[in-house]
Amino acid sequence: MKSNETTSNSSTSVEEFDASFLAKFRIRLKDPYFWADWMVVFAFLLVVIIFGAIAPTKFLTMYNLNNILIASAIPAILVIGQTFVVATAGIDLSVSSVMTLGAVTFGLAFTNGWSVLFACLFGTIAGALCGIVNGVIISKWKINDFIVTLGMLSIASGIALVLSHGSPRQVINESLSKLAIGAVGELPYLMIIALVLATIAHFALFNTRFGTHVFATGGNEDSARSMGISTVRIKIAVYTISGVLAGFAATLAVSRIGSAEPAANTALLLNSVAAVVLGGVSLFGGRGTIFGPIMATILLQSLSNGLTVVGVASYYQYISIGSVVIISAMLVRTSK
Amino acid sequence: MTATSEYSVEVRNIRKAFGSVDALRDVSLYARPGEVTAIVGDNGAGKSTLIKCISGVYKADDGEIFINGEPVSFASPEESRSHGIETVYQTLGLVEDLAIWQNLFLNREAVKGIGPFKFLDKNTMRQKSTEMLENLDVYIPSVKSRVRGLSGGQRQAVAICRATGWGSHVVIMDEPTAALGVKETAKVEALIHRLKSQGIAILLISHNFDQVLRLAEHIWVMRQGNVMAGMRAKDTNGDELVALITGASAGRK
Repeated sequence: MKSNETTSNSSTSVEEFDASFLAKFRIRLKDPYFWADWMVVFAFLLVVIIFGAIAPTKFLTMYNLNNILIASAIPAILVIGQTFVVATAGIDLSVSSVMTLGAVTFGLAFTNGWSVLFACLFGTIAGALCGIVNGVIISKWKINDFIVTLGMLSIASGIALVLSHGSPRQVINESLSKLAIGAVGELPYLMIIALVLATIAHFALFNTRFGTHVFATGGNEDSARSMGISTVRIKIAVYTISGVLAGFAATLAVSRIGSAEPAANTALLLNSVAAVVLGGVSLFGGRGTIFGPIMATILLQSLSNGLTVVGVASYYQYISIGSVVIISAMLVRTSK
Repeated sequence: MTATSEYSVEVRNIRKAFGSVDALRDVSLYARPGEVTAIVGDNGAGKSTLIKCISGVYKADDGEIFINGEPVSFASPEESRSHGIETVYQTLGLVEDLAIWQNLFLNREAVKGIGPFKFLDKNTMRQKSTEMLENLDVYIPSVKSRVRGLSGGQRQAVAICRATGWGSHVVIMDEPTAALGVKETAKVEALIHRLKSQGIAILLISHNFDQVLRLAEHIWVMRQGNVMAGMRAKDTNGDELVALITGASAGRK
């Protein structure tokens, strides 16, 4: 009799456990943030499965994986900066043309006899200056971030054209070309650099006071200010980070192309904004990760790589990538 | 602190004008430790301007502020805070997307590390946050949960907890229960009683006369930037307060 009771008791508790587990799982699935955080992983798997099924011998090769990773490195560095900016509820539309300015500065310094290291430093400084100007105007004069960075987009590419007289400068350097094609095992140097920067950025966001203040500024600027956080300083800092990373990424771009081009790569801008949205960073600020946008960058590169591999003309790729971005934004929004 | 005073906080002859508008004409009042001191008045009477002068958001054009009898002057909210004055604004000042512990330690984060490499000491902050909230007797699921998921009463509790968890001795509360239901209001009032028993001076701004008469020991009535009257709560009633606030009664000082 007694043992009967205990068995029935334990069985109900197991059922309760199951029920509560299922309920928790259901709650988890209903949580829009769950989807925002993990959507990019599902999407990536989907892309790999689809292209893997269509073209297993072309898409799922080590050589092609290597291509995707190399192509992802530069956009990944830009997206790190964009993530900091968007986490404060801002946006930086100038990243791609700031990178172009960085590349031209690099080329100018290098062809005037400076070493690669110094040329890289000058390029990074040029990017930093653009970022500081963005940040100061947006935070101190309270001008709309969209307008300021859109203006900077034009100004930076204009300066790049002026400095270069509109023509590319060849940059031939052995260590630079090693950087572009070298790899540790299957991991390209460029991607290693991007991953190191991503790791530093992750620690800065989640393990320092600065990171907490970035999220606080984006989540509720008034509250952050009332607790004594200087939101002006935080905003200047995030735009500067974005500028620094864009200026630095220019070196990698020069190493890949072998010349400093004054032409702006607008695809990089779309990519950085798209990867931030896909990666689950709230455009209203206050939420986000580094892992998500980096993953989303690799996803977008895989998508365009996959489309190329299966023979879709590049014109269609623009359409498909734009659609993916809009659909992903809709998914996050409608689930709210 | 060598200077002693009967009052935790006292303001004398505070004036504050915004352009041609005199928000505070000549305000003098005080709050005793271990008491709830209520400030009542109609919209535009100057209550919010006054507490912003005390909490360092505004700098008064003229007049003096004393903390425990010591004259002080605040250029910023941080300076006010460093003198043990905390303010719970109507908007609460919480960041919804941050966890409770992050809000409790916002801009006071505990760090560990060497030299310029200082990392957040999350374990310490979570542990201390749990202890801080345990004192409150308000159910909070976990300090790791985001503020976004909390009810109005829980949010108020977190905001009050943040204001009182740092050894403050003056807590200013701006309409702490305006957005709350009956049950939650009762919880917050219980919280205010608890703070009072800890010897904290509470400056309460409220439109709710019942609540003011229930909670406060001392009541100041403001109208058009002036203090119309100040009296012990037990010596007055709702009708008199209404008369003073609307100007039907000239007031007593």
